[in-house]
Amino acid sequence: MTLLSLDSVTARHGLMTAVHDISLTLAPGEVLALIGANGAGKTTLLRTLAGAHPLASGRIALNGRDIGALPAHARLRAGIALSPEGRRLFPEMTLRENLRIPAENGRKGAWTLPRVLDAFPQLAPLIDLPAGGFSGGQRQAAAIARALLANPDVLLLDEVSLGLSPAAVEGVYASLAGVRAEGRMAMIVVEQDLTRALAFADRVICLAEGRVELTGRPAELTREAITRAYFGLHETETADV
Amino acid sequence: MFETLVQAIAQGVLLGGYYAIIAAGLSLMFGVVRFINLAHGDMLVLGAMLALFAVEGMGWPVWLAVLTVLPVMAALGWLAQGLMFERALQGGALLPILVTLGLGAALQNAMFGLFGSNTRSLGAHIGALSWSGWTLPGGITLGKLPVLVFVTAVGVLGLLHLMMTRTRLGRAIRATASDPEAAELCGIDARRVHRAAAAIAAALAALGGVFLAMRAQVTPYAGPAQLIFAFEAVVIGGVGSLWGTLIGGIVLGLAQTLGGAIAPQLSLLAGHLVLLAALAWRILRDEAAARGGWRALTLRGGETR
Amino acid sequence: MTDTRLRPLPRADRLLIGAAALLLAVLALAPVYASALVIDKLTQLGIYVLMAVMWNLLAGYAGLVSVGQQAFVGLGGYAMVRLVETGLGPFPALLVAPLLVAAVAWLLSSFVLRLRIGEFAIAMWVLAEVFRALVMTDPLVQGETGTSLVVLNAYDPQTRRLAIYWIALASAAAVLVAAYRLLSGRLGAESQAIRDDEEAAASVGVSTFRVKRVIFALAAGGCALAGTLWLASAITFQPRTGFGIQWTVFMLFMVLTGGLGTFLGPVVGAVFLIALQEIFGDFGAWYLFGIGAVAIGFALFLPRGLVGAWIDHSGREPLARRRVLDDACQTPPAP
Repeated sequence: MTLLSLDSVTARHGLMTAVHDISLTLAPGEVLALIGANGAGKTTLLRTLAGAHPLASGRIALNGRDIGALPAHARLRAGIALSPEGRRLFPEMTLRENLRIPAENGRKGAWTLPRVLDAFPQLAPLIDLPAGGFSGGQRQAAAIARALLANPDVLLLDEVSLGLSPAAVEGVYASLAGVRAEGRMAMIVVEQDLTRALAFADRVICLAEGRVELTGRPAELTREAITRAYFGLHETETADV
Repeated sequence: MFETLVQAIAQGVLLGGYYAIIAAGLSLMFGVVRFINLAHGDMLVLGAMLALFAVEGMGWPVWLAVLTVLPVMAALGWLAQGLMFERALQGGALLPILVTLGLGAALQNAMFGLFGSNTRSLGAHIGALSWSGWTLPGGITLGKLPVLVFVTAVGVLGLLHLMMTRTRLGRAIRATASDPEAAELCGIDARRVHRAAAAIAAALAALGGVFLAMRAQVTPYAGPAQLIFAFEAVVIGGVGSLWGTLIGGIVLGLAQTLGGAIAPQLSLLAGHLVLLAALAWRILRDEAAARGGWRALTLRGGETR
Repeated sequence: MTDTRLRPLPRADRLLIGAAALLLAVLALAPVYASALVIDKLTQLGIYVLMAVMWNLLAGYAGLVSVGQQAFVGLGGYAMVRLVETGLGPFPALLVAPLLVAAVAWLLSSFVLRLRIGEFAIAMWVLAEVFRALVMTDPLVQGETGTSLVVLNAYDPQTRRLAIYWIALASAAAVLVAAYRLLSGRLGAESQAIRDDEEAAASVGVSTFRVKRVIFALAAGGCALAGTLWLASAITFQPRTGFGIQWTVFMLFMVLTGGLGTFLGPVVGAVFLIALQEIFGDFGAWYLFGIGAVAIGFALFLPRGLVGAWIDHSGREPLARRRVLDDACQTPPAP
């Protein structure tokens, strides 16, 4: 069964093609890790799926419904939520207000404020503080919690561990493991930390220059293959490396 | 002398309420939609003209006219955003200025064509409210109408504040003002929020227009002057702050009445000069901050250039 | 080192320049064959071209959107009144007043050019109001009443009409040539760089402030010249008219309908405005309503104006002053 399917998805920044002809499918409950160097197109791909970046060509279908032309707010209601790069909390609002916005504008479902606070216990004491003063780990947890409260079918998480202390990364992943155990929500995670990505994901996709360079299950992939894919080196070119 | 001064201060503060009402809509458009509406003053006059038409042309009571004109103007604001402003916003910083200046010229002259050049006022239709007042100890008089306008301004700003903090629409407006894309990612339709903000701004303009018609004569070409007052209150009070518009309005009102107490022709000029001073202050503060703050400015002020 | 050579003029442009020179000669001889009414209309056209070229320089080339250019139109008129009062002849005063106004603008620029785009637009408008209020305190102007340049009545009406016409024509031609040369010189490349990307221009050493300042002062002087020409043909100076927002509305209308940031746009826009005025001017307020409505229509549906539409249609800009900076650096046109 397919939850999300991408068919030749292409996205551009001006004249530059940032995401080139990407096709893949995602099953309910599946966790996909997107890896790749800076500028490989990971963030643009997530933003294109969430409707924050225009789809140049190709098709995006969620539960069989073509959502490629929907604006971002309608995609959230269709079942895709993005925790964006830079977290993008509303800094002058309290955490409670930040979390309330997707709850009242997105879909209703199992994820409610109390349950989200159970999953992210580090957020509970911050609930009535303005989000502008949060630490990196707190902001990341809040951004993921905010995306969860829209009760999506597909949760897109950009740069999960970027800029976080090791302890904060530990905390966020512990919570994410809990979220994952809850049900059939699928995730696409952009993760720079390769060890984390391999440990957390069911499947890994490596992008280079906007194309899929490598795909496979963590157990099947060798470090060397990933390193080559990471830098966009093809088999023939790397023969003498 | 002292009594004249106190009287001028009291009038200035009360006048500030009117400016706050007309500035709040402009500030909302600027803060939420990032749109400079140069036709705000003309929409205000349109609200006044519609109320005047309902009262003088159709014989409606003033309260009914006001209660009808506000939602009508809100609907027009919604339409203007959806049909014109939205499109202009996609064309960079210049197009909104061109579109709204054109809209202002169109509105002024259409009103002139429809209603003629006669100056009109609601003053004759509100009975004693237009001229009576309360005398305080010390011989200070407070006009009932200015007090009503001021109380309404505080009430309207209070309601807007409650709406912004307590309602779903208010949260959506604040989220969109803060980060439109993040708001979209949280399920908020930013275009609808923009239309709602434009509707509120137009209704506020109409409310200001009704009050203007109650306390003064209105002509179809009165809009630009009101726009300038609204801008002055917004800039003096700080862009994007609702209560700031009340402070800005009061400062502007004070400058005008105190300037007018010195010499009548100084009244408007004093307001303009306070605005220019506020802008100069903003420039100095920003440039000082760019050089390392006020401390750096005072310690090394002589050396920099 | 930037290559400052221009591409050789295309044949169509050489023809256009030739035709313009011919047109200028025909217009200069207009008094021989045209009626006084036509001369007055052509004078008005010259004044409009002058104002439109100035506003285009400001907004189209320096990115300065001013809704307060009436400040300089009014100041020009006022300075002329004052200069004549001190005993200067009206025609010398007509040319000296704009220089004074340009100097005032030069001083003002250190303040207003530091403002953000919206603040600048509004501050200019407020400054126009400030100047109007100050001018009205001058006993010579008598508040709202205004004053008249009675010395002009000393001239025979036909002589005066022709003198003003030729000055207006020469001024319009001069600002066009000046704008053309300015924009094909270093200032043109710099202002174009600022318009395209201010931060990038600053990073390669273009002093954006200096360029903007020169253009700001020049535009102020040009608007003041339009103001003095207007005063010379209308004779009466009233603060409400001289400092009226309608001047800026007209400038904006002409530049917007003609084509913002194109060399020929303001001329096309001025002709368009005069044509509309001739056809619909009798409708008074409804004509002005139409001007506003047409401006909205252009802004929303044809924001690059008539010349912009022509460029899109033909693929090239007539009399474009784009230089060969570095072909490798040339950014492709926006889609």
